[in-house]
Amino acid sequence: MAKHPTPLLDQLESGPWPSFVSDMKHAAELRHTNPRGFEQQVPVDVIDDLLGLLEMSYEDGTTHWKHGGIVGVFGYGGGVIGRYCDQPEKFPGVAHFHTVRLAQPSGLFYTAEYMEKLCDLWDFRGSGMTNMHGSTGDIIWLGTTTPQLEEIFYELTHTYNQDLGGSGSNLRTPACCMGMSRCEYACYDTQLMCHTLTNEYQDMLHRPQFPYKFKFKFDGCPNGCVAAIARSDFSIIGTWKDDIKIDQAAVKAYVGGEIPPNAGAHAGRDWGKFDIQKEVIGLCPTQCMKYEGGKLEIDTKNCYRCMHCINVMPKALRIGDERGASILIGAKAPILDGAQMSSLLVPFIPADDPFDEIKEVIESIWDWWMDEGKNRERLGETLKRLGFQKALEVCGITPVAQHVKEPRTNPYIFWKEDEVPGGWTRDINEYRKLHQR
Amino acid sequence: MAFVSSGYNPAKPMENRISDIGPRFFKDFLPPVLEKNYGKWVSHEILEPGLLVHEAESGDKVFTVRAGTARLVSTEYIREICEIAKKYADGYMRWTTRNNIEFMTTSLETAKAMKADLNSRKFAAGSYKFPVGGTGASISNIVHTQGWIHCHTPATDASGTVKVIMDELFEEFTNMRMPAIVRVAVACCLNMCGACHCSDLAVVGFHRKPPIVDHEYLDNMCEIPLAIASCPTGALKPGKHDLGEKKVNTILVNQERCMYCGNCYTMCPSLPLSDKEGDGVIIMVGGKVSNRISMPKFSKVAVAFIPNEPPRWPTLAKVCKKIIEVYAAEANKYERLGDWAERIGWESFFEKCELDFTHHLIDDFRDPAYFTWRQSTNFKF
Repeated sequence: MAKHPTPLLDQLESGPWPSFVSDMKHAAELRHTNPRGFEQQVPVDVIDDLLGLLEMSYEDGTTHWKHGGIVGVFGYGGGVIGRYCDQPEKFPGVAHFHTVRLAQPSGLFYTAEYMEKLCDLWDFRGSGMTNMHGSTGDIIWLGTTTPQLEEIFYELTHTYNQDLGGSGSNLRTPACCMGMSRCEYACYDTQLMCHTLTNEYQDMLHRPQFPYKFKFKFDGCPNGCVAAIARSDFSIIGTWKDDIKIDQAAVKAYVGGEIPPNAGAHAGRDWGKFDIQKEVIGLCPTQCMKYEGGKLEIDTKNCYRCMHCINVMPKALRIGDERGASILIGAKAPILDGAQMSSLLVPFIPADDPFDEIKEVIESIWDWWMDEGKNRERLGETLKRLGFQKALEVCGITPVAQHVKEPRTNPYIFWKEDEVPGGWTRDINEYRKLHQR
Repeated sequence: MAFVSSGYNPAKPMENRISDIGPRFFKDFLPPVLEKNYGKWVSHEILEPGLLVHEAESGDKVFTVRAGTARLVSTEYIREICEIAKKYADGYMRWTTRNNIEFMTTSLETAKAMKADLNSRKFAAGSYKFPVGGTGASISNIVHTQGWIHCHTPATDASGTVKVIMDELFEEFTNMRMPAIVRVAVACCLNMCGACHCSDLAVVGFHRKPPIVDHEYLDNMCEIPLAIASCPTGALKPGKHDLGEKKVNTILVNQERCMYCGNCYTMCPSLPLSDKEGDGVIIMVGGKVSNRISMPKFSKVAVAFIPNEPPRWPTLAKVCKKIIEVYAAEANKYERLGDWAERIGWESFFEKCELDFTHHLIDDFRDPAYFTWRQSTNFKF
């Protein structure tokens, strides 16, 4: 028998998509029967009360979580988010219901053995509800009380060799695509770079020292599976410089219909016979390809590596061998100043372990942003306020045409004094010798 | 229940303390076939919805089965995932960036058995637990935020809106009949913790009422200058409020300047703005993050407001379905939703999707607004 009636939430149990309400109800029941015999350290009816509180939100159309609350573990400013409900008398099980963020492994791979241990800890010291995963990538544990926080941290670090993630005006837990572990498009080792930089910058991840949040995301290729270009202050996107490798026999097999185009991604509908002219040559954004006499040619100088042809014919075309990454900076969601996409800072950079060249760029940008950024100003907003040239300057990067989509349309150009012969200091009396008042 | 310590001693917090060790090393969790062929993959193919094969230089193959989840999941649900992983995939699993789970095996036969097993598992009330799909030209799982379940600033729920949209579009998760991949995202407020601002179809929670000022407590709860500085439109200023027995320092709101972003509330809990009638959702369309064929682009507002209609948000679900149906019927192969809308023209997009165009859809926020107005006579009637 449910502790609170949930007639509105019950309507989310129908329909085919996995119902979080069904899952929560089942989990709530199991907390009461406690088949694994945990000495549950948060109220046994925590999920019942969470359902009850959510039902109340469904009735009156607003949230019932209070604003924030400062809790955490000793020495860290991030990784735990305080959360208290605004109806603690009605729902005491979720009166204190803090979030714990766990740093996720690169690529989100796990073993059952490890994941079960995490579940044991969370059943013992938390609500048993999670987000797999949060939008930034962390494993999110929803709901525990303040006295449990240090115990959870102690157990995570001592037993599981596992740390908390980031929150607040910190480096947020970096995230990457699955990269070389199972993808043929990865132009650099996204997982290793993500892991290496996450560990290198643990201090920034756990102790607030920035004007606002800062996100790294690592995409192995321009397809952008972790959305680095839209969602990270510092986006590292794999690319290559030399020729796309062509297997002409496989190209013919695609043309002949022996291999399904786009790796079979369109198999659910009859789109007609594969037409290389229409589907590849004609859609190439730079028109750098031709297919004549049964042979595919790509004019590498004019290819800008959009990935379309490779995606359509993955068995025939492969990324080049001279691989590395592009660095783009400044993406963010709309608050405060409108959404921003990342802008190209370094067109090409080697991306090999130990990633020293990349660290140099990161630290140059941070030094500048920490000096100049206002409270709650993302890097992209600082860039807009102070100009992209400043970022190039602090990183010691020579401006090139690749940095812009088009040159400026307004001629209000700032010059530095030392760029103008003779400087800016002039003598008015000398001037007046030629120009009467 | 008695308090049980794991070993932490509050009297000596630094004793034996371990910190800043970071995440677990990912290679500890890679299935052996993936570790063996790390960086040596040559190609892949989607054999059927939700079932992929990747081939390595060595000739090794790995078969992956992908299934959707609700993202908000219990440890019981995760334990079931672990059980499946142990039964079919040597105890390994992974999550995708869109909250699907994946199990890998070197046997096609095992993969097919796994797919059948996953599709057979249902919750007591009837919904799938692990529906297989989300590959290729389909609508994959919805990236989303927390909503009413755990967030302090939402204007809508996230788990609930995702559930009803995915119920509506379920056939498109388990099939691959879209012109291109369709990325759907839900963010429960303008903070957009999901990637709504660059998704093919995005739902964004939105408040429509300026903050209520809790004058009696504000000066004790908040740094007034910080809250005022946080307002992007300059709608806040310092002031006094007469409580009868005393005058208190507070913040005054110029309501016409407020665009309800909630940034002030983030800085000051005495400026709440959620409201049953005021809150609802915006629908945005046409964004993408991939560099494929066309540049990454922002989503555009297609519907300025739909009220919250819990528990099943019928209007929202209907509009989402309509947009997807029209796109699926009209777009070319490989054409993302935004590219299709740009090709036919936004005026045609609104007509075909039977959406009203109102003044709310004309940008009036700072510089970016100007670049969205039409400076041409090239338009369609």
